[in-house]
Order: sequence, then structure tokens, then C-alpha cells
Amino acid sequence: VSDLAWVDAALTSARPQAIGALLRYFRDLDRAEEAFQEACLRALRHWPRNGPPRDPAAWLILVGRNAALDEVRRRTGEEPLPAEELISDLDDAETALAERLDNSHYRDDVLRLLFICCHPDLPATQQIALALRIVSGLSVKEIARAFLVSESAMEQRITRAKRRIAVADVPYETPGAVERAERLAAVAAMIYLLFNEGYSASGGEAHIRVPLCEEAIRLARLLLTLFPGEPEIMGLAALLLLQHARTPARLDAEGDIVLLDDQDRGSWDRAMIAEGLVLVEKALRHRRPGTYQVQAAIAAVHARATRPEHTDWAEIERLYAALETLQPSPVITLNRAVAVAKVRGPAAALAMIEPLAERLSGYFHFFGVKGALLRELGRPEEARAAFDRAIALANTAAEAAHIRLHLDRLVKDGEAPRLP
Amino acid sequence: MQYAILCYHDESAVGALSKEEDDALMAELAVVRQQLEHKLGPVARLMPTTAATTVRAGAEPLVIDGPFAETKEQLLGFYVVDCATLEEAIDAARVLLAPRVAAGLMSALEVRPISVFHPGRGGT
Repeated sequence: VSDLAWVDAALTSARPQAIGALLRYFRDLDRAEEAFQEACLRALRHWPRNGPPRDPAAWLILVGRNAALDEVRRRTGEEPLPAEELISDLDDAETALAERLDNSHYRDDVLRLLFICCHPDLPATQQIALALRIVSGLSVKEIARAFLVSESAMEQRITRAKRRIAVADVPYETPGAVERAERLAAVAAMIYLLFNEGYSASGGEAHIRVPLCEEAIRLARLLLTLFPGEPEIMGLAALLLLQHARTPARLDAEGDIVLLDDQDRGSWDRAMIAEGLVLVEKALRHRRPGTYQVQAAIAAVHARATRPEHTDWAEIERLYAALETLQPSPVITLNRAVAVAKVRGPAAALAMIEPLAERLSGYFHFFGVKGALLRELGRPEEARAAFDRAIALANTAAEAAHIRLHLDRLVKDGEAPRLP
Repeated sequence: MQYAILCYHDESAVGALSKEEDDALMAELAVVRQQLEHKLGPVARLMPTTAATTVRAGAEPLVIDGPFAETKEQLLGFYVVDCATLEEAIDAARVLLAPRVAAGLMSALEVRPISVFHPGRGGT
């Protein structure tokens, strides 16, 4: 680690606030980014020599803004503003600015920045890429690697997203309560998508992409810092932490999927689980249920069970029923059926998912679950058909390999004498 | 004299450490703790302030989500050390600071003399 690691860390940490404020000032994403880049270059020159400013974000905003204004003045032949050597000594200027960046302003700046990335005109993959580039400050190369596409393809994707945003309506006025809630929901959905992209990669070789999950958790924490009293944001952060805590156990040495029941629970990240459980508790105190909270509560039931057989499946079934009410969807019913199978047996679960067949005809997990239930019911031929269908629909090599494991078990079932 | 060494960090910088970097920092701190073993009392790492709840006095005590103070750096942990002099406590803080700086954190450790200390019996 170089001596300058702290400068990097400070720049990364100040980034959302600084770009958010510069965006409010310039009302142009490219100019805000350029101004921030320029401020970072100057910080790299000055901070190692003079030590860190008291408020790095305020310093970057002030210097970035002045640098951009200088550029305009240079073009029009005016006197430049004072150099930043002077500014960094002028503690007063920094303090005054820091005070103007009161929490509410800062909150809306960062929220706006995140919200722009979730513009409804942008497809999900562009939203995520843009947020990683602009808010998290990952390089195009890093993002390309995370998405397993070429750097030039990612560059194009981001440029296209920016172009769309440049012509879209971006709301700069301070939002009202309703708008703020809507923005918050849109941003939460984007962070959730980002996490899922990392947690269950939608294509390619790698089934889990840890950096995307870590970045999603970082953004969820950032959002929660801005809105500490929002139970759904607590739920979102809790959900991501509880899911990500299982990552070390989700794939075996060969990269194959290990099901929850078979995971080595000792390798779950206990610190992450503890933080997730606290957030679930905090959220539930508000008695304002929402989908993230219920999903987090489900993940919490799994996290609390030190052994699979200690899992409170009845509670999980109740929670999925609550989730179905909040957000009716065949995928949620499918998940509820898995809990039903544990509580009331495979026949009840199979009856529950059969009506979903049409709507989930292209869904890998539907056939995985169906196959497993049929196998439990001693209907190997139908189970095999379901598993074959699942393999055809698998998105990653790990998914396909996992189903093959089921097929192997079916074969073994066939060889073993059936018990009465 | 006992001193509390209070650890202030920018929690977004701490949160930006990867799992590997965080593990490496914790391993370094474990080594440093060994060096201070003879004077070191309780040690705690605190969860991020997003996990905090504040109970504030009022006509009815108010329960508020989040930390008490909105600050640029957050209290994320503390040590209790037993030292003969302030100088010795400051030296301990220097030792505890080094791995954090090496990990790229602009931490500040506040050395504060303790006036009353009950080790207690819970929480072990």
C-alpha cells in the first residue's frame, strides 16, 4: 500500500457528495464529472504535501467549481480565480461552504445523482453500469470485467446511457416528500438489481461476482446513511448483507452450486449476519412492512439456523405469504412452495406450483423445484423431464452442473431398492 | 491510569475496504494488540452507524434511528489501556494507528483518561 492510499480512499469516499453537488451546480453530468476529475488531480498534488483538508468533499466541490469557472474565464479572457493553494489555506471559505452543504442538501444531491442513473429510459444493465461509473467511481475496465464484456463494449454502453440522460428531464429542484420517496424506491430497486447481477450472474462462467455485491452493499449503506429512518432501506441493506454473508459457502471448490441445506454454515460471514440481523430488528420496530424487509426477514430466518434442520420453515412460509400479498408474483409463489414442501410435504407444494407452469415456462428454477418435488414423490420419469428442461434453461455453467447432480441422484434412486 | 483510546474513522472509507483488505487490517491489528497485551483491557469494534439507534431524553424518551451526532468521522471502536503516563498512552495510540494508516485510512485516535471503570460481568 502506497503512502497515497489515504488520498485515494478520501477521494472515493467524497465522490458521491462532491459530484452530486457539482451536478446541482452545473446541471450537466459531463461537466460535473470533469470538474471532479480536475479537483482530484489537484488534490493529488496538494493533499500529500499539506495534509488532508478538514472536509475533503467541501474542498473538492469548491476547487472543482472554481476550476470549471476558470476554464470559462480563460476562454473569455478574464482574470482567473485564486489558485487552490490559497483556497486550501482559507479555512473560512471551506467552513462556510461545508456549512451550506447542510445535511438535507447533501442528501438530495446524492439521491439525485443515484436517481439519474435509474432513469426509466435506461435499460437495467445501463442503469447499473452508469451508477458504478459515476457514483462508485469504478473504471470502465473494472466494470467491463465485472460484467464479463469487453472494455470497448462497456465504454459504449456507458456513453449511450449518458447521451440518453443528457437529453432527458433531470429534476434539479429540491424534491417534495412524495417525489423523494419515489426516487428512493427507484434507487433501491437499482441497488437490488446490481446486487442480483453479482449474486446470481445472468450469464457466462462466473456464477458469483463479489465486487458487484460489495459495491451494492456500499451503495445501500450510503443510502441508509442519508435516510437513516427508512425501514425499507434498512430492509434492503439487511437483505444484501444476509445474502452476501453466505457467499463463501455457495460454491464448492469446483465452482458448483451448493444448496442452502448443504452449505457449510461455519463459513458464513458472522459479522455480516450480525449487522443484517440488527438492521432487520431496527426495521421491524417501525411496523411499516415492505418487500425488502420481508425478504430480509426470510434471509434472517435462514441466517439464525445454525443447522439446516433448525430452520423455522413455518415462519418462512408465513413470510412468503406476506410477500405474496405485498407483491404478487409467480416466482414468489414458487419460493413459498419450497417452504410448503418442508412444512406440509411435496404433494402440497406440487399442487401449489402446477398452476404456475404457463407463466414460468421459461424459468430455470421452476423446473429445478418441480423436478426435486417429483423426485421426492417417487415419480422419476417426470422428474427427469423437468430436470432436462431446467438444464436447457440454465443461465450459467454452475446452474447446469447443479441440475446434473440431481439427475445423478435420480439414477442412484433407480439403482437403490425402493423402500416401501 | 486507565485511558480510553477512541477510534474515529470515515466509515465510508472503512466500508470501501474489500473483504481481503479488511481481513488483512484485522490481522495486523491482532499483531499490534499482542505487543500491547500487558496494558490492554477491553477492545471493541463497533458496527457502522447505520446499525445505531439513539435514545434521546424528552418528555417521553425518543428512539431515533442512526447515530447521535452527524459527523465526518464516526466512532467505530475503542480500546481501554492501562498506562503509567499520558506519554505511554499516546505511544500505545501510535502503535494502534500505524496499521490503519497502512491500510489507507485517515483515522484519528482520541486518548481520553477514564475516571470510572467497571469491567462488569456481562457481554463476554
